Amino acid sequence: MPERKFRVWRGDDNGGDYESYDVEVEQGMVVLDAVHLIQSRQANDLAVRWNCKAGKCGSCSVEINGKPKLACMTRLNDYAPDETISVQPLKAFPVIKDLVCDVSWNYEQNKRIPPLKPKPRDKDGQFRMMQRDVDRVQEFRKCIECFLCQDVCHVVRDHDAKDKFVGPRFMVRLASLEMHPLDEEDRIPKIKEEFGSGMCNITRCCTEVCPEHINITDNGIIPLKERVVDRYYDPIARLLRKIRG
Amino acid sequence: MVDVNEIETQEHDVIIIGAGGAGLRAAIECAAQGLDTGVVCKSLLGKAHTVMAEGGMAAAVRNVDDRDNWKVHFRDTMRGGKFLNQWRMAELHAQQAPDRVRELEEWGAVFDRTRDGLINQRNFGGHRYPRLVHVGDRTGLELIRTLQDHGIHQGMEVYMECKILSILTDNGRVSGVLGLWRETGRFVIFKAKAIILATGGGGRCWRVTSNSWEYSGDGLEMAYEAGAELMDIEFTQFHPTGMVWPPSVRGTLVTEGVRGEGGILLNNEGERFMFNYVPERFAPETADTVEEADAWLQDDKNNRRPPELLTRDVVARSILAEVKAGRGSPHGGAFLDIANRREAEFIKRKLPSMHHQFKELAEVDITKDPMEVGPTLHYFMGGIRVDADTQQSTTVPGLFACGECAAGLHGANRLGGNSLSDLVVFGRLAGLGARDYIQNLDSAPGIPADQVTAGVEHARSILNRESGENPFLIHEDIQQVMQDNVGIIRTGEEMSAALTQLEQLDQRTQNVKAHAASQYNAGWHEALDLKPLLLVSEAVTRAALMREESRGAHTRLDFEGEREEWGSVNIVVRKGADGAMEVEKVKRSAPPEELAGIAFATIEELEAANA
Repeated sequence: MPERKFRVWRGDDNGGDYESYDVEVEQGMVVLDAVHLIQSRQANDLAVRWNCKAGKCGSCSVEINGKPKLACMTRLNDYAPDETISVQPLKAFPVIKDLVCDVSWNYEQNKRIPPLKPKPRDKDGQFRMMQRDVDRVQEFRKCIECFLCQDVCHVVRDHDAKDKFVGPRFMVRLASLEMHPLDEEDRIPKIKEEFGSGMCNITRCCTEVCPEHINITDNGIIPLKERVVDRYYDPIARLLRKIRG
Repeated sequence: MVDVNEIETQEHDVIIIGAGGAGLRAAIECAAQGLDTGVVCKSLLGKAHTVMAEGGMAAAVRNVDDRDNWKVHFRDTMRGGKFLNQWRMAELHAQQAPDRVRELEEWGAVFDRTRDGLINQRNFGGHRYPRLVHVGDRTGLELIRTLQDHGIHQGMEVYMECKILSILTDNGRVSGVLGLWRETGRFVIFKAKAIILATGGGGRCWRVTSNSWEYSGDGLEMAYEAGAELMDIEFTQFHPTGMVWPPSVRGTLVTEGVRGEGGILLNNEGERFMFNYVPERFAPETADTVEEADAWLQDDKNNRRPPELLTRDVVARSILAEVKAGRGSPHGGAFLDIANRREAEFIKRKLPSMHHQFKELAEVDITKDPMEVGPTLHYFMGGIRVDADTQQSTTVPGLFACGECAAGLHGANRLGGNSLSDLVVFGRLAGLGARDYIQNLDSAPGIPADQVTAGVEHARSILNRESGENPFLIHEDIQQVMQDNVGIIRTGEEMSAALTQLEQLDQRTQNVKAHAASQYNAGWHEALDLKPLLLVSEAVTRAALMREESRGAHTRLDFEGEREEWGSVNIVVRKGADGAMEVEKVKRSAPPEELAGIAFATIEELEAANA
């Protein structure tokens, strides 16, 4: 079997560096397979998160040659045979060890978001929602919480303004609630004041890295920004819309 | 020396181990009942194997076919389980699943809709009517995320990336668990009056499996060590359709929803071979010509079901038989074709993650070409033996189990879609059971220092060894032994050989070594998983060796066919007084007359009663 060269970041919060590994690879392998081979054959203590190995759980998020990706869905044959593949932890979050970083900030953001407040059921005990009215919400609910969008967001990553913006993942979560046909909660004031919808400057980096191909910016964040604008900055337009229905 | 007082201690009324669908639903119930609730999981929250459930959740909500009701669901479950299920559990499950679906919707789940705006339902193997509520082919993600997003607002404490090593008992009653923070390598004691296990199965004992690294049978092993009984553990489900190519994804699940939406199985001669494998019990309700099976796709009310939708045990064995007869696909599976059955847009809408998975991992476009699929170890029907109504262990007071790690609902074979409903029905009942147990507890149990010390010393010894074996390689050897000897088709000879080999692997495990650093040390965690992996492998093998018949997911080449005498017993495994594993046949109690009447009724009788 052919060998490939890998560089894997090894270290912890005190610092670290890349280590080189040669791995015998076979057809169809993904980066996570190579990391597992390094772990089982050369470096038993190598830390990496993974679960489903099929792009459905969002555990194995890393940066591969500088790009945020799921290691389980990144095929080795996406890279030239003689190209060294470098794997490092997500940059936007503090590293714990090797490829594992502390993503607990994300779980804290989710707790801040007011959950669904469903309207009453119909008289026969059913909820009725038309498929066309839930298509958009279902798009958002495909999110596997890999946090690649959080990792690549300029506000979270480069400016470390984690106290000002919940990040794309949770804008999508907010959008899924705000557009949910059964929901009666009003989150617009919080979206503006606490969750920082104004911080996003629509570079669409998050959308580009989403492994679920959720149109985060155009379908999620921009409509939320519009709702905020409608509420706070454009009373005439709001009035007109009301009159016209 | 270990100073127990130096170890971090967290205290709750109830601790739930596992945060998949069952664990989260149990935790929500505990919190709702006013219990101080803690949840511990090995991975990050929301990553448990529930996310891999694809096809749907079975519940007779009757939105698509009003001939359905709990009785037909119950009958399907019993027939699918070859009548080894616990009657009461199958009854509770079928009766309560619809309410659990409605509850999920109220908590934010957005299932696919019918034209009238109700929750849509799809056909699945072994289910008489379209019964599976679903979201495309990512139903499990919807379930776990709904429970997670609802649960975090209910006042439960969630402890992530913590491996539980053992259950602590005080005079036989549970008093807590000993755990290990994966991040720091430090130990932690969770003190609790009741423990709910929701730890899933032990699929990682096999090489070809749909299961992630978490499924090393931890819960089964720690319950066994604490004195609990395991039941039906010989019944391990091989899902008929796992990916077979490329090698690195061998075993990854391909949803039964492909067949539910009309996909067919073909051998390398292009023959739709499932028509050749219809068991007698299902023949009256299964199409016997291609014409009828095709007509079902357009009109599922007036035509019988295609044989591709027979139960998983039957389909898995049939694929294996075709491969053995030389009629397999190039990489040793069968062809699963949806491309010639449905429009590309339909496939992308109903099976988006399958489309994505095959495109990305196998470079196959399933809207144009067939998939190659073969059996993969997917699920444990057996597990901890529990009381049907409370989910409490039959032998350990204060220990509860729900979801895959509990036995009883599925008997000898689980129907697709009955797992997600199992999680929420019995997760809730376990929560209620724990509340009742705690209310009746007269004194709080204490933490026994000797048990803590023994657990800590065992775990640390692996780090302190000068030299020793690589834990990853031992695990690979366990997987190979089980793959080769305790697979879909079993023989006494091979299983006896497996026991000898497992014994040798157990010896090697005594000398396993991990790097000294305790912080997020994958090798150490792997080494600690070997004990449960070996224990579960042994339990499955011993029980499978005892059951001298072929029933459901358990097939013996040397004992073909269902044997009447084995239909009246379940096999129970427990730790004997001398420390050795005991395997025992336990007589099944006679079913209540009403349930027996439903289970053995013809479908016409049930439909007439429904009209």
